[in-house]
Amino acid sequence: MSGLEDLYKEIILDHYRSPRHRGELDSPPAHKTEGFNPLCGDEVLLTFALEDDIIQELLISGQGCSISQASASMMSAAVQGKSVEEVRKLTRQFKAMMSIHEESIGAEDPPSEDDKPFELGDLEALKGVVKFPVRIKCATLSWNTLLTGLDELEV
Amino acid sequence: MSLPSDLKSNFPLLSQTINGHQIVYLDSAASSQKPDVVIETMNHYYRTINANVHRGAYEIAAQATEAMEQARAKLATFIGASSANEIVFTKNATESFNLIARSWGGQNLGPNDVVLISDMEHHANIVPWQILSAEKGFEVRWIPLTPDGHLDLSQLDRLLNGVKMVSVTAMSNVLGTLNPIREIADKAHSVGALMAVDGSQYVPHLPTDVVELGADLLCFTGHKMCGPTGIGVLWGRAELLDAMPPFLGGGEMILDVRRDGFTPNELPHKFEAGTPPIAEIIGLGAAVDFLDSLGMSEVRQHEIDLTNYALRVLNDRYGEEITIHGPSNASERGGVLSIQYRDVHPHDLSQVLDQRGICIRAGHHCAKPLMRELGVGATARASLYVYNDQADIDALAESLAPAGELFAR
Repeated sequence: MSGLEDLYKEIILDHYRSPRHRGELDSPPAHKTEGFNPLCGDEVLLTFALEDDIIQELLISGQGCSISQASASMMSAAVQGKSVEEVRKLTRQFKAMMSIHEESIGAEDPPSEDDKPFELGDLEALKGVVKFPVRIKCATLSWNTLLTGLDELEV
Repeated sequence: MSLPSDLKSNFPLLSQTINGHQIVYLDSAASSQKPDVVIETMNHYYRTINANVHRGAYEIAAQATEAMEQARAKLATFIGASSANEIVFTKNATESFNLIARSWGGQNLGPNDVVLISDMEHHANIVPWQILSAEKGFEVRWIPLTPDGHLDLSQLDRLLNGVKMVSVTAMSNVLGTLNPIREIADKAHSVGALMAVDGSQYVPHLPTDVVELGADLLCFTGHKMCGPTGIGVLWGRAELLDAMPPFLGGGEMILDVRRDGFTPNELPHKFEAGTPPIAEIIGLGAAVDFLDSLGMSEVRQHEIDLTNYALRVLNDRYGEEITIHGPSNASERGGVLSIQYRDVHPHDLSQVLDQRGICIRAGHHCAKPLMRELGVGATARASLYVYNDQADIDALAESLAPAGELFAR
């Protein structure tokens, strides 16, 4: 089955079968935010604890396809202990990999020489999703939900 | 009598290959494929008689008008309507429901009233009522389901208390369940309520007679019955439609317009504002001719046979690894098979099937309240129509196991 292996890399299936950071934090004090993919019915529920603009802990629940679940699992691993600013930057970088570029005139933080991209690590495996455009929304669901959560907190 | 075995050859799309495989189209509950005769009829309209209808006195305008009104008459006959004037063309079944809610509901519903729908409705028969309810303050009430996917009518008498409109699907687009519309309609009428029916999944697949159904209003769409997209139908009893105010305003729907107001046109034009989708209407007429040539009883028998075959093949092969939602008896259901296979997510299942040229639908099928009742976020749905055969079912059955290898946890 040509093509499928571009999408369903082993590391993706691993995150799908053994998702990291599953569960819910008590909210409050944690912040809770929910995201839906209206096309396929996937739901993601994020609870995260923010302290001094650092994500101390983030847990994920909800249900969905392998791509949305693996992406959420990878995100949960990637953002623990990162600052809000770093998380926003990582999200931009991830969405750029999904060929989604935030159009912004006079962007707040234009890329500069010292603005080195993050090592995407496991997340790199999701690159193949770009070849399956209907699945991009699956891959970005948890990321967009996290952005919504940060926006709700106005951080 | 059965359907011709070479029926697929009438559908040009079905001759192509996808990802190196002959296409297996199992998503007709979302939209059916179109036979040559429908495509050609629409081409012929554009090539020879394209002109606006009900206006010009010249030859091709008259021909276009004639062709469109013939299609209306065919649809009336197809569903057992007493007059072509009872056939209102809309954009789709969704618009038909919005028309009913806005026009009839806007005039007749208030704070103490109830609209009774069911847990297996498509969003098209939910949201228009919810939108109007927010303005008018009436209650939207739900008929629950039994565990085997039928409507639970045991409490119907109680549920009907205060109801002015019952609006229920004749066949579920997720479970395939065929509902006892006549029984519900009789009870609705006994308390003075009207009966609206969602025929989107029913009319394309079973012989339909609005009088036998006991319906007052019926909504369905062209693209699920071999016709083009962009054309739907609202049927209603003439005196009921006559009493309803117009829905959209504009050209065609008026007899007279003055500075101080307007006089609405007669049926069915009162509800058809603006230039209609002429080619689509004529194309839908050709689709009706096509289905008539097959015979709707034969269409129904074909789907019972194929649904039985699918249930047997899938259950025999996968046993407890597979759940097929809805009634287990093909005579109580249409050819809509919502499948849960092991714990493979429907989206992943359909992706693997797509690599083999098999088209199924993964998602909530615009029936989120039903998904919640079933306790799932989505289902993988294979749905059948006239052109499907046992080979299509075999291809589906063959492809589930590899998806399980990849994704089962």
